[in-house]
Amino acid sequence: MDFAQNLSNAIILACIYILMAAGLTMVYGVLKVLHIAHASVYTIGAFAGVVIYTWVGNFWISILIAMVISGVIGVLIYRFSYFYLLDAPRTVPLIASIGLFVMVTDLLQKPFLMGPYQRAFPVKGAGLPRIETPWFSMTSKQVLILLVTIMLITLVYLLLTKTRTGLSWQAASLDREMAAAVGINLNRVIALNFFIGSALAGAAGVLVGIYNNSVFATMGDLPSYKAFIIIVLGGMGSLPGVILASLLLAIVENFLVASIGYVLPRDSIAFLVLIFMLMFRPHGLLGRE
Amino acid sequence: MSAGYALTILTFIAIYISLALSLNILTGFAGQVSLGHAAFLGIGAYTSAIMATRYGYSFAVDFLSAIIITGIVGIFLGLPSLRVRHDFLVLATMGINFVVISVFKYVDFFGGAMGLVNIPAPTLFGLSFRGGLPYFILTSFYALVTLAICWYISKTWSGLAFHTIRNDEDAAASVGVSSARYKIYAFGISAAIAGGAGSLYAHFLGSVFPDTFAFVESIAILSMVIFGGVGTLRGPIIGAIILRLAPELLRFIQDYRFTLYGGLLVLMMLFQPMGLLGDGSWLWQRLSLLSRSTKNNITEGG
Repeated sequence: MDFAQNLSNAIILACIYILMAAGLTMVYGVLKVLHIAHASVYTIGAFAGVVIYTWVGNFWISILIAMVISGVIGVLIYRFSYFYLLDAPRTVPLIASIGLFVMVTDLLQKPFLMGPYQRAFPVKGAGLPRIETPWFSMTSKQVLILLVTIMLITLVYLLLTKTRTGLSWQAASLDREMAAAVGINLNRVIALNFFIGSALAGAAGVLVGIYNNSVFATMGDLPSYKAFIIIVLGGMGSLPGVILASLLLAIVENFLVASIGYVLPRDSIAFLVLIFMLMFRPHGLLGRE
Repeated sequence: MSAGYALTILTFIAIYISLALSLNILTGFAGQVSLGHAAFLGIGAYTSAIMATRYGYSFAVDFLSAIIITGIVGIFLGLPSLRVRHDFLVLATMGINFVVISVFKYVDFFGGAMGLVNIPAPTLFGLSFRGGLPYFILTSFYALVTLAICWYISKTWSGLAFHTIRNDEDAAASVGVSSARYKIYAFGISAAIAGGAGSLYAHFLGSVFPDTFAFVESIAILSMVIFGGVGTLRGPIIGAIILRLAPELLRFIQDYRFTLYGGLLVLMMLFQPMGLLGDGSWLWQRLSLLSRSTKNNITEGG
């Protein structure tokens, strides 16, 4: 009973991690930039979602619009910062990214945007049923998260592996210059990459907001950093790696917390995992080289 | 502005000069960007606070312990740098900040979210450094010692070693500079100095709270180094002075402090990656040209 329930909770947590980290790993794949401002996009997505939900009252419309807004913001971030820094040493875009993250988080806390408080995001489950089995149960919110994640990740996976755009994305992530030399429009590929990755982060923000029934300006702090651990675990730039690593981290977190309680703060587990990985398998679980 | 308030601001500026200079050892000299410097400040502050309030140790003992313990934590954090290049390492430094804060917050021994209070003013050799001018002198002295250490590092063999590591690790290794040893060394010294600053910080305020040492504070320190000019001695000092002073002089900036810090990081990276007064920056080139032409004038005139 406990085991199955813990596993089911862990899978829901992993869904959030996957959505959050997928965009990061795509950006890293092409640009080799640690895109810390991705967490700002996540928070903006959640904020947009809750605002639109209070207007229209429909979950599907609000998550869709929130994703489009997040995607556009992601593209703007690329166009007005990283675009100019692609040939600079890697720490330069990294520092710019940190600056953006801190700036957006601070601005969001101002009264004319979100203010320093939490907002409720009262979606009950968008009409989805609750799942009850003898071994575990899933609330309708959890079913919603699982469903949305599977849908989005399947879409992105098909896009990346089955379409021309996806192939040019893969080419660009292998070798940017070579890809440009064979006639791939790099700017379009990268912009699209940012759009999709940021839209996924926006979706993650909306789902987390609904799951915890709260949206606040600093909600991106921990996910930003955990998503990085996941892409390191998953071997930078690989989507299957991200899925495996998200599941692994979520399971370890859930089971350790369930068995040893709060002796160690939950979030430090991720940190220890990161240090361990950096020391012994710096190219990730599935990484080569 | 009252004299007491002005002294408080000056004391903070002195503390932040030490912090910016110590981060500069790691980021400027050894080329390792750190997003967790406030964690070291926090570890130093909490070490001193606990030793002074719980166990009644004297200032000299708790101050030195803060330096040593924080230095050891810094060395531990430097270990992954042996295996990975800097952009991955940045994640570890970001992580230590979150972990240190959550330990301070959720472990009862550290006082939880309520923090630790009633930290006594320091006494050294029978002199009490209570508030105002004496404390400003104490922190300025610490800033000067930090500056001297940085100057010594930059002028000696280790400074050269840092320089080669920053530019090209493989080339450094080929001429026999062990990048591992020097990186760990940079992590240790940088953290230790920040720990000492933390001790001064705790004794100055008389209380410590976990959120004071959050991730944004690390970014504030990093902005000072980057804004002033990374890798130089003048840069972090100027950066700390301007960025600590601006919010005090302009009320508007006080409310938007972190917007300013973040925005400056972005703008600097886009237009002046070497910082305001870094080597090769626009302003520094103008200033050096100016000083050269004045010198020439003097020689011509004489």
